[in-house]
Amino acid sequence: MTAVFKNPVIRWIDHRLPVFSYLQHEANDYPTPKNLSYWWNFGSIAGFMLMVMIATGIFLAMQYTPHVDHAFNSVERIMRDVNYGWMLRYLHMNGASMFFIAVYIHIFRGIYYGSFKAPRELLWIIGVLILLLMMATAFMGYVLPWGQMSFWGATVITNLFSAIPVVGDSIVTLLWGGFAVDNPTLNRFFSLHYLLPFVILGVVVVHVLALHRFGSNNPTGIDMKGPQDSIPFHPYYTVKDMYGLGVFMLFYAFWVFFAPVALGDPDNFIPANPLSTPEHIVPEWYFLPFYAILRSIPDKLTGVLAMGASIAVLFILPWLDRSPVRSGAYRPAFKRFFWTLVFVCAILMFAGKYAPANYWLPFELTIVPPEYMAAQAHLESVDALWPISFAGGHFGIQIITLGQIATVYYFAFFLVILPLLSIFERTLPLPLSISKAVLESHGGGAQSSSAAAKEKA
Amino acid sequence: MADHAQSAPGAGGTRRDFLYLMSASAAAFGTAAVVWPFISSMNPSGDVLALSSIEVDISGVQVGQAITVKWRGKPVFIRHRTPEEIAAAKKDDPQVDPANPKVIVANPAGLRDPQTDASRVQKPEWLILVGVCTHLGCVPLGQKASDPRGEYGGWYCPCHGSQYDTSGRIRKGPAPLDLEVPLYAFETDTTVKIG
Ligand code: HEM
Ligand code: FES
Repeated sequence: MTAVFKNPVIRWIDHRLPVFSYLQHEANDYPTPKNLSYWWNFGSIAGFMLMVMIATGIFLAMQYTPHVDHAFNSVERIMRDVNYGWMLRYLHMNGASMFFIAVYIHIFRGIYYGSFKAPRELLWIIGVLILLLMMATAFMGYVLPWGQMSFWGATVITNLFSAIPVVGDSIVTLLWGGFAVDNPTLNRFFSLHYLLPFVILGVVVVHVLALHRFGSNNPTGIDMKGPQDSIPFHPYYTVKDMYGLGVFMLFYAFWVFFAPVALGDPDNFIPANPLSTPEHIVPEWYFLPFYAILRSIPDKLTGVLAMGASIAVLFILPWLDRSPVRSGAYRPAFKRFFWTLVFVCAILMFAGKYAPANYWLPFELTIVPPEYMAAQAHLESVDALWPISFAGGHFGIQIITLGQIATVYYFAFFLVILPLLSIFERTLPLPLSISKAVLESHGGGAQSSSAAAKEKA
Repeated sequence: MADHAQSAPGAGGTRRDFLYLMSASAAAFGTAAVVWPFISSMNPSGDVLALSSIEVDISGVQVGQAITVKWRGKPVFIRHRTPEEIAAAKKDDPQVDPANPKVIVANPAGLRDPQTDASRVQKPEWLILVGVCTHLGCVPLGQKASDPRGEYGGWYCPCHGSQYDTSGRIRKGPAPLDLEVPLYAFETDTTVKIG
């Protein structure tokens, strides 16, 4: 189907190569549910962040030197001497955080509203793939400034592969290109850090193609049933997306211009030293929940597998949650477990941040070393302490235990709660159509009138 | 604003035209404000600019010898000219208006980019030039005694055959201009600061 364009040049091109028809169809007329909330803004925000990362990254790469002797200094030179270099770097550094914020919200949105359910399973799986690629990209990017955290983060993460039986060590040597993280590692990470964002870009295109096959899900989770349920993407959602993007950019600009290093680790301002590990190794905030899962299992291989599984469960989510009702808005029990999951992820992030042996005193809002707890309980040694302790009237939970409890909930949510809810949950009646739902919520009309048959996807 | 917005198209445009115009200009200014720092980051950085002047010790350069030093990533030729070279350079000078030496009144040697030798040196025995051919940027030969120096005894560019005289003026070949004289000053008799 070709559209008719007034401009003769466009018409000439379009007749031979219908790019303009395609754009008109996919970005202009594209029928979109008319009830999308602001939670639907984060996809386009993530796309915008990808563009920002590529643009700032390309300009940073013009000034950066991927060599162990020069990398740190070349980044400092970017900060001090290159015109607006500080801005490019802070945009890139904080941009990674903003990218993850947008993508995490986007993912939780998908879980809550059942956007991963049929017929959008592939769309979802492609999305999880993007998350994995982003994690690899951000990890390798973090190595480039060659600070202490860069170096030791790279060491710790690459060593995860040594947990693999038999071939683990050879794989790690292969990753390093040597017998420790060194210049060859830095060089290949730079090469891959430049490449992967463009791979992500390609996968994003596929993601959007898959999206446009069935269109967006919406807060009611029911399908569009006719033209009364939809509005054209342009101008309605282009404007809404731009507005949301503007607000998000204010948030982003706040970090870049007022707290540029708040999200980072001060240890990364110390040049890498392969002979001395910093006291406390922590990844960037967006990796903390996964790091907590890794640490909550004391066995090396199982820990690594659990960390991998925490993402792998997302891939099979469409087959874990079989409830025919998509939207959490009509699933009272699911809703509670969902918000608990959000809370648990926050706990995991918290547990990933602090040393596992320490105790968290939730009523006193502090974290204390185990020696302190032992002294309070008049114990000879910390070995006699319980993971959950009332030492001398101080209630404390050991960080590792906190992480373990949260890890159990995380997996239980996906592997036990969701499959059971699919069978036992009593869902609320769905509205007859998107249009009805919109009119009812805005016209103050009758309560959800129908006990419509459950939406069967 | 209100009546402007209400007015019919043709009578100054509608409220919608106004909004379009305002959003488009905001977007244009916004984009320009973002693009500027990106482009600017490609310009020479502070540390590059900080290296933009050098001091050279010329005490060891004998009459008839030349040295090449690096300034801003480019070669600079410093030649200790012989009296014959100075004389040859002066012989081909264009005639200038004595009241205003910038005005050329005659150019008997047919120079392509006429300049007097005096206007190209501070001390006649020291000729200081940016050693970059004004054609397409090669480094002309002539610094070493064994180098070809062209028909005019100055420099010969191996790339496309431009020939410069003992004042660094273009005499033959495709280059359009004389070799550039950089900004310099003699700090003492034996050191010169370039840049
Ligand atoms: C998916 C998009 C991207 C993500 C998530 C990402 C992430 C990161 C992170 C976390 C850092 C470390 C920042 C710091 O602490 O200084 C970094 C550094 C860097 N990135 Fe990226 N990046 C992306 C895209 C790109 C692209 C496309 C390029 C180049 C074409 C690039 C080039 C660089 C360079 C040169 C550095 C080192 C300079 C610095 O540390 O500021 N990045 N990246
Ligand atoms: S570059 Fe010197 S003659 Fe062409």
